[in-house]
Amino acid sequence: MTPLSAFLIVAALVFAIGLAIALTRRNAILVLIGIELMLNAANLNLIAFWRFSPHPAGHSGGLTGMMFAIFSIAVAAAEAAVGLGLVIAYHRHTKTTDLDAMTRMKG
Amino acid sequence: MIFGLGIAFLLTSALTVAGAVAAAVLKNLVHCALSLTVTFAGLALLYLELGAQFAGFSQILVYIGAVAILVVFAILLTRGAAVPEYRNYSSSWFLGLAIAAAVFALLTWAVTKSLPASETVSAPAVNVQSIGVALMSTYVLPLEIVAVLLTVALIGAVIVAMPESREPKSSLERSGK
Repeated sequence: MTPLSAFLIVAALVFAIGLAIALTRRNAILVLIGIELMLNAANLNLIAFWRFSPHPAGHSGGLTGMMFAIFSIAVAAAEAAVGLGLVIAYHRHTKTTDLDAMTRMKG
Repeated sequence: MIFGLGIAFLLTSALTVAGAVAAAVLKNLVHCALSLTVTFAGLALLYLELGAQFAGFSQILVYIGAVAILVVFAILLTRGAAVPEYRNYSSSWFLGLAIAAAVFALLTWAVTKSLPASETVSAPAVNVQSIGVALMSTYVLPLEIVAVLLTVALIGAVIVAMPESREPKSSLERSGK
């Protein structure tokens, strides 16, 4: 069985790549992609800890980590919808998605 | 077995990380979105490998089925598909890369220092039925809150992205009368 630390290191790698994308790329959509990658890395951590932690018996006792990951996926979907909607609205006003040119929010 | 890791885990993690790296370095935004899809699929495979079937298939449905399509639509709607002539990276790219590398080093150090070498825990017996029962009993309040959040977020996204009408609304109402 693959040890827990292997999953955590893969999640850390994905998180670092997402952070690098969010910090270095100039396109606003790619920054959102980087944020999605970071959220996914957090989800992988949640699922890995859920798998490798002891589970109390009884009424839905062994489901907490899994539920956390599922709700996190739902919240990430909402975040992606709002973020991309904002980028499209900004592009309609200023015809750019370049972050260095995005200096004002007023239309 | 390489470094004590299974071949399946090595392949899926390599796929995941390669997709993420491709999303970071490719120039064409559509290629970035497609490699992001590869990363999402690799993460879904890792979830399946961890025994989380429901989370794995939710990942495929939500991320590959919805988020990746949304990203591609946003790229096409903002005409970002053409390879731009200017630089793809911000002027402070070195600082961002250094911060990301530092975060990765810190996380890896923490993981390798704080955990025992290997532990074997029996896989939790969780099936989709128990997840559904838990969602409808223990977690029904968070489920409803997430439902409201998704509804509000999607309506808000549509309102934000909707084109504003040229004429002010009052003149439209007047012409309607």
